Parts: sequence; C-alpha cells; structure tokens
Amino acid sequence: MSGIGIQNATKLFGKTQALKGISIDIRDGEFMVLLGPSGCGKTTLLRCVAGLERLDGGNVRIGERDVTDLAPRHRNIAMVFQSYAVFPHMTVAGNIGFGLRMHRVPKAQVDTRVREGAELLGLSPFLERYPAQLSGGQRQRVAVARALVMDAPVLLMDEPLSNLDALLRLQARADLKRLHKEVKRTTIYVTHDQVEAMSMGDRIAVMREGSIEQIGAPMDIYDNPASQFVGGFIGSPPMNFLRGAVRDGNFAGEGFSVPMSRPRVDLQGREIVLGVRAEHITIGADGVPARVLVVEPLGSHALVTALVGKTAVKVQAPIDVGVRPDQAINLRFDEATVRWMDAATGTAVQH
Amino acid sequence: MNARVLDRTLIYGIAVLLAVWVLIPFYIIAISAFTPQAKIFDYPKPLVPTTFSTETMQFFVDARGVIPSVLNSVLVAVFTIVFGLALGTPAGYALARFHFRGREAFQVIVLATKMFPIAILSIPLAVTFLQLGLYDNLVSVALTGGVFVAVSHELEEAAQTLGCSRWGAFLRVALPLALPGLAAAAIFTFVVSWNEVFAATILTLRTRTLPAQVLAGLGTSPLGFKFAGGLFMALPAVVFIFMIRRYLINLWGSR
Repeated sequence: MSGIGIQNATKLFGKTQALKGISIDIRDGEFMVLLGPSGCGKTTLLRCVAGLERLDGGNVRIGERDVTDLAPRHRNIAMVFQSYAVFPHMTVAGNIGFGLRMHRVPKAQVDTRVREGAELLGLSPFLERYPAQLSGGQRQRVAVARALVMDAPVLLMDEPLSNLDALLRLQARADLKRLHKEVKRTTIYVTHDQVEAMSMGDRIAVMREGSIEQIGAPMDIYDNPASQFVGGFIGSPPMNFLRGAVRDGNFAGEGFSVPMSRPRVDLQGREIVLGVRAEHITIGADGVPARVLVVEPLGSHALVTALVGKTAVKVQAPIDVGVRPDQAINLRFDEATVRWMDAATGTAVQH
Repeated sequence: MNARVLDRTLIYGIAVLLAVWVLIPFYIIAISAFTPQAKIFDYPKPLVPTTFSTETMQFFVDARGVIPSVLNSVLVAVFTIVFGLALGTPAGYALARFHFRGREAFQVIVLATKMFPIAILSIPLAVTFLQLGLYDNLVSVALTGGVFVAVSHELEEAAQTLGCSRWGAFLRVALPLALPGLAAAAIFTFVVSWNEVFAATILTLRTRTLPAQVLAGLGTSPLGFKFAGGLFMALPAVVFIFMIRRYLINLWGSR
C-alpha cells in the first residue's frame, strides 16, 4: 500500500496556469476528495497523478517511488473516468479483465478475478453483455470493477457519479463508500458536488483557480472555513456573510448591528465579514432585526430567507416556525459558531 | 392523430417521389443494357423488359479496350484506397486527437480541395496531386478524421491507465472502434475513384480507366454500348452507397 505525495505541482495550458504550485500529502488508504468549481484544476491535478498529463514543474510520488516522468501504465494506478470509458467493443467480462490481460496475468487467474470483481459490484448476471446493453448505472459499475480488479494501490476517480440520475447517485455514493472501507485503497476522488465530498471524504482539498484553498476533514472545513470562498462553496445553503466593521463592542454594517459579548480588540476598526451557517441562527424575541422575504418548507425544516439591512440571510428554522413574508423578525447568531473573515482578502481571521 | 397521418403521408410521398426520380434513369439504363441491339430503338419502350438478352452487355465487354480499362479502374481504385487509408488514417487520427500548430489550416486545405470545382483546381493540382493519384486521399483524411473524433479520447486514456502504451491503446481500442468507419471511408474512396472522370480523361491517354474509356468513345459508339457502359459504371456506386449509408449518416448526419 502506498500514499501519494504531490510537491509544488505546476501545469500550464498555453498561457493559463491550471495548477499554481500545489502540494498535498495523501496518507496510505486515505480517501481524499478534490473539490472545487469547474475550471479550478481538480481534474488536471488528478490527470497529472495518473500520468495522462505531464507536469510543467514539481513532482509526484506514489509510495516511495517518484513517478513524475512515468507513463500511466508504469505508475501502478487504476482510474475511473467521468464518461466511464467502458470499451464498447468488449463484453463486461472483457472490460473488467482488460487491464489484467494487458499485464499478462494468466488466463485462469484473470477469469477468477473478473468473477470476483463482478460479484463485488453486482455485475455477475451481465458478464457476457456488451456495454450498449447496460444501463448508465451498470456501466459505471463496470468502470469501477475494471479499476478495482487491477489491485493497484492507488485508485483515481474523476467525477464517477456525475452522469447518474439523482436517485442512482445517492445509491452509488453509499456503494462507493462501502467499497472503499472494504478494499482500503488510497483514493483521490474528484467532484464539484460538495455533498459527495462531505459524505465520502476522509479529507477534502478545496481547490480554486489552480490553488488549494483549504485541506481538512469534512466537518473541520464545514465549521472552520479558511476563507469566504470555502464557506460559500461548502454547505447547502452556503454560509451567510454579512459585511461590516467592529465598533465599540458591536459589529455594524449597512442597516444592522450585531452585539458582541466577547470584546475582540484585534478586530477593532477593521473591515470584516461575519460568517454564520443557517442552522446557527435562531428566530427569537430579541436580536438583530430582519424582514422575512421567503419561507421554504423542506419537510424536516423550513428555510427562511430574511433581509438583514440589505443582505439576504438564510435561516434554518423549525418546520412550524410560523412566519410570513414581510414579517419583521429578530435573529440571534450563535456566537460560538460565528466566523470572521477579512473583507479585503476573504481569508479567515484567527479566533 | 390526423395531423400525424398527414405528416407521414407527405414525408413518404416526397421520399417515394425522390426515389422514383433517381431510380427511373437507372431503370431505363438497366433494361436497355439487357435489350438486344436490334430492339434498342423500339418506341414506345416497354416498361417491363420483354426480351432479356445479354447481347448488348457482351458487345460492350468484348469491345476493344474495355477489359483493360476495367482492370485499370480497379487498379487505380485499389491504390487509391491503400494510399488513402495509409495516409488518411494517421492524418485523420492526428486531426482528431492533437492540437498541433496549423491544425485549422490543414483542415481548411483538405476541405478546400472539395470546395472548388475540380476544373478550377485542375491546373495547379493536375501536375502533382492528380498524377500521383493523391487527390482522392484527401477525402480519406476528411472521412477518417470524423471516424476518430467519434471514438472518445477517454477510451484510449482508460486503456493507457490499464496497462497499454500510447500505441497499444490506439491498436487495441481506437482502431477496432474506428474500423467500421474506416471501411466506409475505403468504400467511399472506391466509389469516388471508380467514377472519377475529369482527371482520368485529361491525365490518361493510353492506360485509360473505365470512365475515360467510355467517355472517349461516347460520340462514336452505338447506343447499346453507352447503356451498357453506363450501367457498368453506376452499379458499384449504387451498391456501395447502399451498403454504407448507415455510416455516412453517422459521419455527417448526427453532428
């Protein structure tokens, strides 16, 4: 088994810098999620680990080996592609066994491992079918099986669930997580879906414009975003942000003022942004005055959008909250969970 | 419901009309080619052949220069296909996969040879391209390019991560998947070559291909000869286009 080390990786596409000196250390057996909006470089980074792209600077290590200049087939990796890339001219069995045959594994052993792989992914009844005769979900499982039977210590996945419909994606997400627990391969998983990242990752690396914004355990990133970008990208609804300045024990912005029980001398007079999650705001008798814009009942709870000064704030309220649009309400922010960010740079201020 | 029936009737009606418009000349040529020479001038022509005879075809095949010219045509077609695929496959693959300097220009040049009437291009091209028989290969490049675009790049990359070299991935994945398309390109090249008249007539005098041979004797030969020659030249094209129409629609229709 082997971990993955990426040091100072840079990649250029023409004049655009797709990777701006990225360094990550992924532990042996860890499930690392690369998360970010499209164009942030997450797929490029994955392809550089796979050897499908060449780095312009930096290096990649798999286990003890520097693989920076090796072809994909010499890196001891297996990959699942976004389009699945299942070979249409081969049966399911042919697809799953392709990599083993390329590595000249004896035929009897190929057959055994193909059957095991098919069993693991629930594909046994379809071994003699062609991909055209399979559903999208089944094709995706063929791609995963084909990668798993390789017994490569490193598994790379490029948005493997993004082409599935919503219900199937939920199922496949749980399946992949269970598989990872069983096979314990070092995994890099690329996605733009923050729910996928939160639910599957041991750690998440949030990427933006070719750089890593934050690396950490899902809940750590959720609770303590390193920047306004991370807070806004992770969580549904995203973190609420209010812009203002600290003056005389109050955080005041355009049309609102939040009292602070703990004086923050370090923040005094600075232009800052208050970040707070929807579930850490309560509607009460006193607090910051706001006006209700929309109430969305979501079954387990209601999502209330209210105007604080000129900023829309999302509040997670009990389903029986009983407020109506245009109603004046008061909001209390749970001070322990409030995060402060520098207004100019967007980065978190130490607390 | 009624609107749909009307739509279908219209579409099928137009389709039948077009088919008839195309097929009637073929039909007349075909029955004339199998009518004895003596009856060829009969008027009105019976729509169903009353007297079937291979006499006219026999006369055409026996005529001086016809057999050699057929052989020449086959030879030219085979060479065109071989060169076309040998040059066109890598060129088409490169166009589909790599972003090299001058890629767009190359594509436009390939297209340009098909854009202008061959008569205009003939003077600059005649000396080099046509003599080498390279002219039809550009069609192959255009066709094979499309064939490889249709094969997803991720399939080759997947093969590479599974243990193939770049070349191995091409051989084991891209080529087999492109094969039906390449076959279609080959057949299309054959048809284009088989019916190529203009270049053949100005470039060949002694070793004539079939179209050149038929054209050379067109003014002086008897009517039966013309019908037989027409059928001989049209038949492969009709048969092959019919065989590959599915791939032609794939190549051009769906994109």
